Amino acid sequence: MYWNEAKECMERNELQALQLERLKQMVTKIYHNVPFYRDAFQKLGVEPEDIKSLDDLSKLPFTTKQDLRDNYPYGLFATPMSQIVRLHASSGTTGKPTVVGYTRNDITTWSEIVARSMACGGADHNSVIQISYGYGLFTGGLGAHYGAERLGSSVIPMSGGNTEKQIMLMKDFGATTLACTPSYAIYLAEAMEEMGVGLEEISLKTGIFGAEPWSESMRAQIEKKLNIKAYDIYGLSEVMGPGVSMECECQNGMHIWEDHFIPEIIDPITLEPLPYGEKGELVFTTITKEGLPLLRYRTKDISMLTAERCKCGRTHVRMQRVSGRTDDMLIIRGVNVFPSQVESVLLEIGEVEPHYQLIVTRNGNLDELEILVELSEKSFSDKISILESLEKRIMNRISSVLGISAKIRFVEPKTIPRSQGKAVRVIDKRNI
Amino acid sequence: MFKQVSIFLENKKGRLKEVLKLLADNNIDIRALTIAETADYGVLRLIVDNVDKAEQILKENSFRINITNVLGIEIQDKSGSMYEFVNLLYQHNINVEYAHTCTPSNVGKSAFIVRVDEDKIEEALEIIKKCNDISTISE
Repeated sequence: MYWNEAKECMERNELQALQLERLKQMVTKIYHNVPFYRDAFQKLGVEPEDIKSLDDLSKLPFTTKQDLRDNYPYGLFATPMSQIVRLHASSGTTGKPTVVGYTRNDITTWSEIVARSMACGGADHNSVIQISYGYGLFTGGLGAHYGAERLGSSVIPMSGGNTEKQIMLMKDFGATTLACTPSYAIYLAEAMEEMGVGLEEISLKTGIFGAEPWSESMRAQIEKKLNIKAYDIYGLSEVMGPGVSMECECQNGMHIWEDHFIPEIIDPITLEPLPYGEKGELVFTTITKEGLPLLRYRTKDISMLTAERCKCGRTHVRMQRVSGRTDDMLIIRGVNVFPSQVESVLLEIGEVEPHYQLIVTRNGNLDELEILVELSEKSFSDKISILESLEKRIMNRISSVLGISAKIRFVEPKTIPRSQGKAVRVIDKRNI
Repeated sequence: MFKQVSIFLENKKGRLKEVLKLLADNNIDIRALTIAETADYGVLRLIVDNVDKAEQILKENSFRINITNVLGIEIQDKSGSMYEFVNLLYQHNINVEYAHTCTPSNVGKSAFIVRVDEDKIEEALEIIKKCNDISTISE
């Protein structure tokens, strides 16, 4: 179901013309209003007038998270504070958070793209949407909330935590749609089982999950455990919040709302733009944001773009599900390893729970990888030989997929910390 | 035939103590116990007096468990009786997966728990019925 058919199904040449017009306006605005960008342009010897086509985007400077940190808190805002009606902050791994600011128009735009995204996932004004993303500085909760409200759905602002209550209200309020992280969706499904709440007691039909990378096998698990269709939504606070892109019913890539964002894929080392179909780092340029417009923002998320026509009728380019981050990537004995690879192996083998953790240590000069895995009810056999054979199967598959060998260790249920937000998949004990 | 409770325990200090305390606190009596271990974990196998209760409280406390059907056998407490029993199974092509002893119900007898293939249990029970010196443990 389209929320904004005119935009979502716009012919590509019209869409690109719109993008160019908006890009030119955005570039002019930041050049004149944001000293950081003016300096960056001048260093490169470029001016707003040099942007004559979308290809000229590659002449322009990048923006990184460090730039936001260096200009903490409001240094990159393009409008005076009196026009900023909302501030959000994303968690920083070190010290100060990165701050984002929104004008009233930005909030309207954000609500529109989230409403569009939720409609893309099958929700409408009759839906009852349970939002279990955290409300607060995190853009997840309020982002989803304003979008769902704009859509006209009945919004349940649960935020995170209080799982028993979440399940009780999910039942009693007849929630049809669930919005939270994929990790939390699994957590809720398990809690429901423990509480003895059957699937026939709830009205859930769809889930719109994001805020962390998740595999196809994790999706299959969630769809099975909750008997719903699970869709991927993507976003990041710097670019807007949730709703930058969204999967359609084809479940084959997420449509990036190109009337608001221009995506690029670049080689993270050479910084050269890559053609459609090649994997690399996702970069976004915001062309309608007023408070904090960003030029070529490097997300560190790894993805790939395709402009192949989608059966849903939407013409906006699709991005592949994020397969990891350039900084989530571990280098173990010289090999690039992503936690998501481990996830897909474990779920493919199917006899373990989706709760795992990678422990990386260094023994003398040699890196060692140990993977902790919780045994599922059905895989726990009384016979040691069966357990050992499962261990070996996992070990062989990991070795084949990752390119390095890992020790597999079965652990008791609930040993691996559950997360209500993003799951911690890696414990790197090396002091690199 | 008994329902044996198998419990997965990590090879960490205190795990065995925890599970035994849990059973003790819930008045569950253990009639046979064995631990099969590997470097990283152990499988604790128990014959208890109340399987349903044990299953429930172990699951509630997040233990990974499994219920297996096993045979409870009683033989004469004298040299050669174990050999006779195992030989009897061997002649009928019934493989012994594992075995461990337990408290006999009668004096002068030795008792043990035997695991055979699930689909050979009925056959094994038939064979034992026909034997004079071997019987199954009364539950």
